[in-house]
Amino acid sequence: MFEQIAFYFFSVATIVLFLITAFSKNVLYAMSALAAGMVMISGFFFLLDADFLGAVQLVVYVGAVMALYAFGMMFFDATKDVKEKNASTTLVVLLGGSVALLLTLIFIAPILGANIEASYPPLEGATNPQSVGLILFTKYLIPFEVAALMLLVAMIAGIILAGKKMDISLTDIEEDIAISEEEEMILDEKDGEK
Amino acid sequence: MDPLMIGIIIKIVLVLAIVSALAGFGTYLERKVLAYMQRRIGPAHVGPLGLLQIVADGIKLLTKEDIIPQNANRIIFMIAPAVTAATAFIALSAVPLFPTFTIPTSFPLIGGAIVPSTIADINIGILFMLGVMGSGLYGPLLAGMAQANKWGILGSARTAVQFLSYEVITGLSLLAPIMLVGSLSLLDFNNAQTGGVGSWILWQQPVAFILFLIAGFAETNRTPFDLLEHEAEIVSGYATEYSGMRWGMFFIGEYANMITISIMASLIFVGGYAPLGFIPGWIAIILKISFFFFLMLWVRASWPHVRPDQLMWFCWKVLMPIAVINVMITGIVVMI
Repeated sequence: MFEQIAFYFFSVATIVLFLITAFSKNVLYAMSALAAGMVMISGFFFLLDADFLGAVQLVVYVGAVMALYAFGMMFFDATKDVKEKNASTTLVVLLGGSVALLLTLIFIAPILGANIEASYPPLEGATNPQSVGLILFTKYLIPFEVAALMLLVAMIAGIILAGKKMDISLTDIEEDIAISEEEEMILDEKDGEK
Repeated sequence: MDPLMIGIIIKIVLVLAIVSALAGFGTYLERKVLAYMQRRIGPAHVGPLGLLQIVADGIKLLTKEDIIPQNANRIIFMIAPAVTAATAFIALSAVPLFPTFTIPTSFPLIGGAIVPSTIADINIGILFMLGVMGSGLYGPLLAGMAQANKWGILGSARTAVQFLSYEVITGLSLLAPIMLVGSLSLLDFNNAQTGGVGSWILWQQPVAFILFLIAGFAETNRTPFDLLEHEAEIVSGYATEYSGMRWGMFFIGEYANMITISIMASLIFVGGYAPLGFIPGWIAIILKISFFFFLMLWVRASWPHVRPDQLMWFCWKVLMPIAVINVMITGIVVMI
């Protein structure tokens, strides 16, 4: 009984929260609903006895959405609504239609796949992290390694993009700006004299 | 109802009541310990030794007006303190605190209920606690962004910075002991260290222990990394606009988190509730938790604040390489 109550609670909460994410014009509401929805999704993993995946969902998405907040803080005023620009109706219809089609396919998939048998059934007695590790380092070893390599590439690219002035101390950079502002003022004064 | 279900509910009520009472008592202890370290007396007027100061503070917090600023985002502003307090207690749900026991059937109503040692018996307790405590930082973040106040925005920006800095260290520092024990369950950690002081993981992983403590201080906003509400720089940071019980909830959450980190440190590194010579297990773990709690106050009295850029530099350029090297050495040793 408790599992059913929990399941319906988590499903309703997830759907409502993600609807808020999609439809709210306030950055703060949208992002908070996104974070809360991610936490609610981890509830499904716990209900399915996939404790490890549930905790990973928590750890990973809490950090990821926190980074999103950092960007939101820089770009938007959190207390005001954002004016959305709707550039092309065709694009919206196309994207919305394809998402609807995709959802229909996802809902049909369990019916189509009812007679599929698992070729790698979970080991008896293995705990959660152990079975994840076994399947990750046997069947899915190559995708795992490729993903690791991609992440490494992305990390190096990020460091190169962000780290142009990394060897200069922050205080020196501020002094540079101060000097250039002084120079600008001098230039402005000269302009005024002309 | 199922006797186990009744037991779980009893345990939840017990943990909530005891930990929130301890959180209140923690504020008194902190003021008293800091006072003695700074050659003052601390709270002394209300009750014997100032012990009733907690009650006075509680009355003050409860009767204060709950102000919501005009331009603030009302809903988020009101939810944010609850996030901090709730996650602090949710994290405690995965901690094994006392052995399982059955309430005698002679009790009315609740007789025969089985009270489990862990509220939620999941076998990945460490990861769950890290995740939930991490999401606790959403409290300060949302509070700062919702209150339409520049100090609050600065506080929440610092929250994001602090979270992204320490989270890596916590994970990597715990990875080495996890590799040694081969489990993510706090019970297994406790059972791996039952052989007295010599079997503590502290001796095998001193580096991981120090890294975990440093990251734990950052996780609970304790003083060397007290960036979110640094009075000297940003007034009160994320808590600037809060008053009354909403402000109080942030602090219940902070003290509950301090207790959780102390419990984690004692379970993972110094033997948990294994009996220690002639000291029975439950006294041993209370002593260890108290020591770690005291250590946090001690450090607060001894060290100044750091700047946000110093924290980032320290976490990413000093602690993270050390943690990675520690994990690699542990891996090689485990393989051999």
